[in-house]
Amino acid sequence: MTTMELLTWVRGPGMTIAIILMLFGVAVRLLEMLLLGRKKDLSVARVPSTAKYGWRTVLTRSLPSMACLKAIPVTFITGYIFHVGLLIIVVFYVPHILFIRDLTGLEWSGLPFWLIDGVTLLTMLAMLVTLWYRVWDKVRRYISRFSDYFVWTITFLPVLTGYLLYHRQFLPYNEMMIVHIVSIQLLLISMPMTKLMHTFTFVFSRWYSGEAAGRKGVKV
Amino acid sequence: MSTSIQRGIAAFKQQIDTPIASFFNSCVHCGMCAGACLFYETTQDPKYTPINKLEPMRRVWKQEYTFWGRLAKTLGISKPITDADLDEWQELLYDSCTLCGRCSLVCPVGIDLVYMIRKSREGMVASGHAPEGLKQATSRAMTIGSPMGVTISTFKKQVQHAEDECGIKMPFDKQGADYLLLMSSAEIMEFSEFIGAMAKIFKQADVSWTFSSEAFEATNSGIQIGSSDLAAELVQRVVDAAEKLQVKTVISPECGHAYTAIRWDGPNLIGRAYKFDVIHILELLDQLRQEGKIKLEGLDKEKITFHDPCQIVRRGGITQEPRDLINSVSSNFVEMPCSGKWNWCCGGGGGVSANPDADELRLKSFAIKKQQLDSAGAKKLVTSCSNCRNMLEDGIEEYEMDIEVIGLTELIADHLKE
Ligand code: SF4
Ligand code: SF4
Repeated sequence: MTTMELLTWVRGPGMTIAIILMLFGVAVRLLEMLLLGRKKDLSVARVPSTAKYGWRTVLTRSLPSMACLKAIPVTFITGYIFHVGLLIIVVFYVPHILFIRDLTGLEWSGLPFWLIDGVTLLTMLAMLVTLWYRVWDKVRRYISRFSDYFVWTITFLPVLTGYLLYHRQFLPYNEMMIVHIVSIQLLLISMPMTKLMHTFTFVFSRWYSGEAAGRKGVKV
Repeated sequence: MSTSIQRGIAAFKQQIDTPIASFFNSCVHCGMCAGACLFYETTQDPKYTPINKLEPMRRVWKQEYTFWGRLAKTLGISKPITDADLDEWQELLYDSCTLCGRCSLVCPVGIDLVYMIRKSREGMVASGHAPEGLKQATSRAMTIGSPMGVTISTFKKQVQHAEDECGIKMPFDKQGADYLLLMSSAEIMEFSEFIGAMAKIFKQADVSWTFSSEAFEATNSGIQIGSSDLAAELVQRVVDAAEKLQVKTVISPECGHAYTAIRWDGPNLIGRAYKFDVIHILELLDQLRQEGKIKLEGLDKEKITFHDPCQIVRRGGITQEPRDLINSVSSNFVEMPCSGKWNWCCGGGGGVSANPDADELRLKSFAIKKQQLDSAGAKKLVTSCSNCRNMLEDGIEEYEMDIEVIGLTELIADHLKE
């Protein structure tokens, strides 16, 4: 198999397989979560709609909070930067938009390359600081397991390889493209197996917390 | 016969529901919850990170309710939970958690940590890993009717004393009264001024109320230790008494955990809605004040601050009422930093005060309250929970501070227009 053939395969069938595996895995994990069920709360709620409080928390936990910023600046700032950064890179980098268009038919306009380049650097920097903090800070170190470092690595790799690819570094273009795509596939397949599940379940967890507190009239 | 660890795991399993699975699925191990917990903040020991307290429950969830966990368990490559693990976690789930719920406010993915800690205690009880002090308190609650061992005749004697002091006759078992007033043992034994204060307020407001000689205790050790069966039995006693007397509303006393027990957990424990309403005493007092049924006089000028009991504010939604009440009798009310739903716990909630194993850590954790009190700079501290009040007095003594602690209901009673 030539490099070109391999590239065609990973971009085409390889990607399809990875996406299907990811979706199937996530569906199984969501199902096993939802099938557990939740008992109806029989106490009289203080508010007419507790669900509203659930949705409120889904939104508000994404907003910057002074309390958290003051209490834990490193995790808070780097967490914010790399989440927003990843989102921008995935959604607004023109080649990614074209790739998604080929896959789904949807299209939107992207951001200039120089901006994406800057965001990528900043994202990598934030992620490196996160890693350093996980190793250096005693709380983070105490609660970290192998999977935390593994997840960090597979999240970092697509960003790094994408950056190297754009700047034509390290490997010839096609080879680097293969490495980049495979790193994304690794990330996708790992989603249902790791804490990357939070990408899907954070809406549920925030909603349940917000709804339960809303019953008591507390905005959390 | 199942072993204690098997019973424990079965109890953990029984507690795990969709919200809990969503919480464990979502945790990103960022450690933000550590900074919200008074025990971590005052010791800087990472084992007190709230999410770490949930490690046994997380492992049960993973091994029993996830595809990968079950696979690993079948292949024999996951580490089974042992009695020794639970033994180690006893300190983390009881001594170093007051169920204050502060951690649940900060988690970026919205994990309700305290919901899971409360539920983890069910597994701890089933496997025999609850602290001795709490076991004894619970057993007194079940057999005598009060975690502090207050019998009905002791209660009646205390009421008699209060009647002699304030000159108001207090009704027992009055059929069809509007309100049934519950008490906490600490209020009966240590802060019995509360009884007279209530009688005075109700007399002025012309409230139709009664005590019950079948159920007077509102606190619920079953909830604190983590035994739903016992907790349900304790709630049922109140429900039976209230429904027998056909009262319209049951009044929860100041005690925060009592309020959580009777207002929020009760119906879920007994599996049905009540035929009466539940109101917290502060809500009722503020309502009476707004309706003009109680007339207050005199404004204290001395600087005064307020300690929000966790179960009343953060886990109960009563934030404005105490402030409005204080402002109606004081012209110099100041907030502590982090007041309201962000308040720091007194250190003795969630059964910690009934657990002597936790005493040293509890007093250490009071350092954070001291900081708050120092910044407020008031010499008078009002609160509205007898347990908080006990803990605050204890801490103030330990740290040799010069602050007087007063109950809000008594403060209001002192300002009633004669
Ligand atoms: S703050 Fe939330 S996500 Fe972070 S470690 Fe604690 S429980 Fe997990
Ligand atoms: S509920 Fe309060 S005491 Fe318990 S872990 Fe959370 S912050 Fe700490």
